[in-house]
Formats: sequence, structure tokens, C-alpha cells
Amino acid sequence: MTRRDVFERYSKTGDNLISILHDLQNENEWNYLSKEDLQAAADYLELPYSFVHGVATFYTMFSLKPRGRHIVRVCQSPPCQLMGATTVSDELKKLLNVDFGQTSADQMFTLEMTSCLGVCGVAPAMMVDDDVYGNLTPKRVNEIIGEIRRES
Amino acid sequence: MNLFRMHILIPVDEEAIQAGVFDVKRELESEIGKRNMQGEIKVLETGTVGAAGKGVVLIVYPDNIYYSNVRREDVAVIMEEHVVKGRVAKSIAHETGEELKRGHKEFHQVGLTRKQPRVILDKCCMVDSHNIEEVISYGGYQALEKIVSEKITPQRIIDEVKNSGLRGRGGAGFPTGLKWSFTAQAPGEEKYVICNADEGEPGTFKDRLILEGDPHKLVEAMIITGYAVGSRKGFIYIRGEYQLSIERVQRAIDDAMANGLLGDNILGSDITFHLEIKKGAGAYVCGEETALIESLEGDRGNPRVKPPYPAAQGLWQKPTLVNNVETLANVPHIVFNGADWYRTLGTDKCPGTKVFTILGHVEYPGLIEVEMGTPLREIIYNYGGGVKDGKRFKAALVGGAAGMFLPDRLLDVPMDYESLKENAAVLGSGAILVMNEDASILEMLHSVLEFFAHESCGQCSPCRIGTKQLLNMVEDFRKGEGAESQLDAMIRMSETMFNTSLCPLGQSLIMPVKSALENFREEFPAKTKTKTESAIDRRKK
Repeated sequence: MTRRDVFERYSKTGDNLISILHDLQNENEWNYLSKEDLQAAADYLELPYSFVHGVATFYTMFSLKPRGRHIVRVCQSPPCQLMGATTVSDELKKLLNVDFGQTSADQMFTLEMTSCLGVCGVAPAMMVDDDVYGNLTPKRVNEIIGEIRRES
Repeated sequence: MNLFRMHILIPVDEEAIQAGVFDVKRELESEIGKRNMQGEIKVLETGTVGAAGKGVVLIVYPDNIYYSNVRREDVAVIMEEHVVKGRVAKSIAHETGEELKRGHKEFHQVGLTRKQPRVILDKCCMVDSHNIEEVISYGGYQALEKIVSEKITPQRIIDEVKNSGLRGRGGAGFPTGLKWSFTAQAPGEEKYVICNADEGEPGTFKDRLILEGDPHKLVEAMIITGYAVGSRKGFIYIRGEYQLSIERVQRAIDDAMANGLLGDNILGSDITFHLEIKKGAGAYVCGEETALIESLEGDRGNPRVKPPYPAAQGLWQKPTLVNNVETLANVPHIVFNGADWYRTLGTDKCPGTKVFTILGHVEYPGLIEVEMGTPLREIIYNYGGGVKDGKRFKAALVGGAAGMFLPDRLLDVPMDYESLKENAAVLGSGAILVMNEDASILEMLHSVLEFFAHESCGQCSPCRIGTKQLLNMVEDFRKGEGAESQLDAMIRMSETMFNTSLCPLGQSLIMPVKSALENFREEFPAKTKTKTESAIDRRKK
């Protein structure tokens, strides 16, 4: 889908900005909003670039930096922390050799923190792209990352 | 109409999907196909049961048997034993300890599935929520139908909701009927109704269950609410992370439109209402109603200065009503059954039921719907199965991250807005995070503060600076460098934030900070002097 296809789905009203940014980011090969994406959205909705930039940087689901092929979001909220989220995120940092907000050297994974994913019953939890994984342990995390590596 | 001898319900949620629910479902359908039993056995996809950690669950009706952690290879056994021979497939059950970790149980007997007075979750895990006909046959849209056929006026609906005593389930507990009347009375032709489905409170997933398990109830409630307050357009603002909820609600909207239950001239009446989903993009503060309105307009989600309240000037400066998902889910029941019936549930000041999420160190984590005023002890021990591994109870963080650390002396407090208020606590979103004797309150408070420091929108200084300063001080205690005077400073700072912050995000931090420091003072070992004071002393020498 090109940018024009995205715009065709929405009327030229400001309340569609966030939906447009979601779609542009999904279409971007590197899972982020490029300067060109923001400019195109600003032009389409006839909004100042600075305004669009302001909105894009407010929300955690948008990234203005290129990201890896898969986005690993580890829940950092209190219920997950209580059940051992720190050991899980430490393992992921070691495994991918990155810190939060960084992308692994092979451009495969970007590690991010997220607030509550709403699956606290199986805490600690994480999301890889659109899939949710619960009851995590360092061992389980290794298996999941390994599986994704093998598949791609 | 075909009458089925047996129904097999398969609850689908994120957890079940991960555990391979669709493989199990395919296997089940192919087994039924192989035996040519399509006319006898019906397989239904439903919303979730509410219990977590159960993997793929199958519920067999009319026998009322509940199989948990079902694997693909178990399907043939269940088919052969239960479906064909009519006896419970005991061979796949193996007991571990008190509970069947894997295997069957009679539904409504175990922990979280223990019988509950389910009102707003009545259809969750009972009905194929994708199928509008089935939803209708189970009582969906009957309140709307009643309004149309009995020509009930908007004022009578508002009065009914007022008399029911329904209070906002988003956390603050404001009387819903009163809120409606503000928007209804506001001058202006164009008005909006918004459903707040930006569920971000840590430890809360009640709204997700309603969105996924019974989206038609929300659609019906929105139409009724719109009619009552004089609005023809509604929005459902769903958090961006809830992809499955967005898909299911969209499908419900489309089906309702196709069946004349939504849109122009609903059910042939002169009621007109249109609904649209707006997707969030990850910001906790957007759960605050004016921030949500800003975000819906396509702006940064910074809360507005109140007044004017949304009832007077909300979305695009028009009169607007914002209600939480759970609040709205009560509306069709109140309209259909009446305020008097509703008042038979719960307490005098807080009628109705409440959905609670039970998490942390409990035997059965998950979600329940019980009457308002149910004691915390009953929720944790009867439904949650008590503290896991026989450990001792230490505290429960009640009401989400912006909640209170309740010590064991308050275990018998009835869970409703008034009783908790008397104990300086809040019901909040209804999240109950149980901590055992090994949990560190200091670490939990740190986690709570880290969350707030990250989610503060930065618009007003008390919250932007206060969250960071509180976090710094707790970090000092983690390093063993905290001083006595800092404990008082933390309480003073959270009091200042309570008095001066623009929105509830900054105002509510006083709850976790004060309750942690007052009830668990011994977990914050302090030096007599701060780092700065010690440094000054050293220089004096």
C-alpha cells in the first residue's frame, strides 16, 4: 500500500491524524515514521509539520527511528514486575545485546518497554509484534526468540 | 431451526490463541466431521472465561463440564469419551495438588469460575459473540427494543439510571445518571457520546473482556445512552494495543448496521445513532476524559483545564458525555429490568456488580464479577484461591497503580466506593494485586513510580517534576541511601501533587506513596541524614 492508498481511506479532517500515522507506520518497512511520512501526513491534512511531529512523539506506539523487523515489547507494569519481569527483560537485553529502545545488530529485533498489556493473569508478559506471550521465564524467552529467528 | 444435542464452547482470548486454540478448534471440527455429527454438536467460539493460565478451555453443555489446558491430541479422547459415549473424559485429567492443573471440572465449581452473579459479563464465554442472531436470542438488544416498542422517553431513561444508583466504573465512582443529565441539559443540537475503552490502568483487563466477549452489549448501550442524552453520534476510543478488541467491536458495529439496529431510524423508530471506533496510540493519560477528547480530535493527549467540563464543552467544543466500558455495559440491564431490580444487587450506596481482576501471588489469577461490597478477603480467598504456595499474605495493591497498598488488617473491608473511601482507599479500576510475604513493598512502589514518571504527560509541573523527584527518592532507598527526612518529603510532595496537579494522574500518586510509607514503614530503612546533609557535615570537619 502506498501513502496515497492510506490517505484515500481517510477524510481530510484532523481527527484522522492518529489513524493515518498508525497506517503509515505499519506500511513502513522499518516499522517507523520517517520524516517523509510525517510531511506527507501534514500536507494531506493541511497541518503544520511541527504539529504532526508533536503528536507522533507524544504516543509510545509511534517511533521516529527505524526499528527492527520484529518489535519486542516487555510489560513493565507493577503486576508483571511482581512476577519477575526484571529477570525477563535482563535476559532479553543479554540475548539481543541491546538496551531498551535499541535494535539488535542484525536488524531483527527492537526491544521496547510497554505499559500494561492487559494480560496480567499470565504475568510476566511480552508482545512480539501482534502476538502476546505470557508466563515468561528466561528459558521461555530464549525459546521464543529462537523460534522467531528460525522462522525468518 | 436445528436443535443441537450438545454445545462445545471454546473461549478465545490472547492467552488461548497463544496456547493454540485454533488448532484445537480445527481438530474438533474435523473429528465432528469425521463422525458426521455436524447436525448434533455445535462448536462455538466465545469470549473468555476470566480465569488465566488455563490455556485452551473447552466447556461442554448441557453437561456443564469444563476442560482446561486442552491439547490437540486430547480432542480425539474428549470426542470418543464425552461426545460419543457421554461420560466425562477422565483419562485426560490428572490432578496436581488441590487443583486440576489439567483436566476437567464441573464448571462453576473451581476458583474463579465459581458461581458469580454475572450481569454485565452474562454473555462472556456463553455465546458466540460474532453471531448477532445468537446474541439477540440471548437477550441482546432487548433493552433497545423495549425503548422503541414502549416509546420510553429519554427523560425516563435518565431517571431510571439515576434511580438505579449506578456509579462510574472508570475509577472515580461519579453517579452516572447525574452525569447524563448534565449533557442532556446542555444547550446545543450537536452532542457526542464517547466510550472510554482506553484501558491502561496496570492490572486491569475487565474492559477488554467486555469488548472481546460481548461487543454488542456495548453497541446497544451506546445507542441507548445517545438517545437518552440527545446525541446522534458516538465514538469508542480503544487503546491501540487492543487489536483483537478493535476487530471484534468493528464487526459488531457492522453487523448491527446491517440488521437495522444501528444507523438511521433504528428498528423503524425515529432514533438515529452512528458509531465509530477511534484507536489510541499508547498513552496512559488518555484514560482521563479531557485528554481522551484531545486525542480523539487528533492532538497530543494533554488533559484540559476543567471547568468547562465535557458536558458543556467537550469534543469539538460540543456537549459530550464520556463513560467507561463497564459503566455502559450496565445500562441495557438497568433499562430492561428496571432500577428496583438493579438495587437488589450490591450495597445501598453502591448498587450493582463490579468486575475485579485478581492478580499476583494467588492460586487462580483472573477476573470475576461479584456484587459491590463483597469483602476483599472473600475475593482473594474464595475466588482467587488464596495466596499461592501456602505463603502468608502481606499486602494487596487495590485499584491499579494509582491504588493503595492495603495491609492485612484491612482484609475484611467491603469492596465498594464508600467503604474504601472510609479507609482512605479507592476502588479505582477494580484491580487487586496480591503480594505474599516475600514481596518487597519498596520494589513495588518503585515500579509504580517508574510507571507514573514515564506516563506523566509533562504538561503541568507538579506532576512532571513530582513524579521524577519521588522516583529519585525511592531509588535512594533502594540503594540504601535514603534518609529519614526523605520519607516526610515524599509524603509532602505527593500531597502537593494532589492539591496542584491538573488531572488525576498527578493527583492520585498520594495513594500508593502514603499507604506504602504508613503501613510498611519498616521496608524503608533510613539513615538519619540525607546525602546532602552528610556531605555538608564532611566539609565542616
